[in-house]
Amino acid sequence: MAEAAKSRSEPVAALPTWPDEIYRVLKDAGIRQVAMVPDAGHSRLIRSFEADPETRVVTLTTEEEGVAMLAGAWLGGERGVLLLQSSGVGNCINMLSLPVICHMPLLMIVTMRGDWGEFNPWQIPMGQGTRPSLEAMGVIVNKVDEPDLVASTVQGAANLAFNTWKPVAVLIGQRVLGAKNFKELARK
Amino acid sequence: MTANPNALLHRRDVVNELVRDRADLLVIAGLGAPNWDVSAAGDHPNNFPLWGAMGGASMMGLGLALAQPKRRVLVITGDGEMLMNVGSLATIAVEAPKNLTIAVLDNERFGETGMQKTPTASGVDLAAIATACGIRTSRIVRTMAEVSELRDLAHEGRGTAFAQIKINPEALVFVMPPADGVILTTRFRQSVLGDEALFN
Repeated sequence: MAEAAKSRSEPVAALPTWPDEIYRVLKDAGIRQVAMVPDAGHSRLIRSFEADPETRVVTLTTEEEGVAMLAGAWLGGERGVLLLQSSGVGNCINMLSLPVICHMPLLMIVTMRGDWGEFNPWQIPMGQGTRPSLEAMGVIVNKVDEPDLVASTVQGAANLAFNTWKPVAVLIGQRVLGAKNFKELARK
Repeated sequence: MTANPNALLHRRDVVNELVRDRADLLVIAGLGAPNWDVSAAGDHPNNFPLWGAMGGASMMGLGLALAQPKRRVLVITGDGEMLMNVGSLATIAVEAPKNLTIAVLDNERFGETGMQKTPTASGVDLAAIATACGIRTSRIVRTMAEVSELRDLAHEGRGTAFAQIKINPEALVFVMPPADGVILTTRFRQSVLGDEALFN
């Protein structure tokens, strides 16, 4: 009983609050279509959207589908968000021509791999290439490494995207997400 | 004189029929010849003809169809464009928008780059792929009568539809719509959403 009370008094350590905060931010931004290839870092946010009758969550076979889908959504007057892992950014590159040349908003929320604390060497090339490849295509990139700053970073990115018709990506660093270590898991 | 029933369809006859009496139909055209065909049928603010973004036409159609459930959306694209993101058919089949039709003009060639064969020339059956993904109204179209049926499905049907239309690999004169993506985007949004679209 005392133990339970103690754990309730320490919510920060128990559960990060930023996924719920960015759900609110995205709702306030008028997001109706959520295009995604899942990532563990986005799982809580995805569950929130799936439970929301006002949003349509579309599971993609590859992330570039989402870039095109959200361009179609914008033509039809709906706002969307693309949720993806940094490895999926590489799949999007040519399709980013579409929002760039048409001055369409695109909000991408990218959970990083190949970043702080990465254990899997195969994640490094695309992880380290994420920002430069997005910037090479004309996407505005905001990276966030502090849990307390995630919501305000997403809010600023949404304002930028939808008010200035730009593709904008928020990169959520592994300092926020926590780096996985499957090798440790395998030893257990 | 009667037409040879085995002759391949002419792409511009097909597209003219698909957009006949278009009313408020919304059209996404894939890059290359399908763009020129849709433009040859008549430039229109409710057309979004792509000049790039290969592989994206069908998914643009999905996003638009979900955003405008009361309007009909017709994607007209080529076999090469469809094959580049054939996984889109799985995504679209799962979402199953009632107001989306995808018409693939299948000349079995990459027409813009020297008429090299695409996989459909070797028998890859896009309509069967769409069926296997779960798009139940999916067919190969070889006659103008079937094109007319498809036209009616696209304008009045109730459910996602897919067609692989076998066409002649003819190279026709380019008929180009505006190339500026901002013009295409703005006029489409203004037409569909009203003048309000200019202010947000």
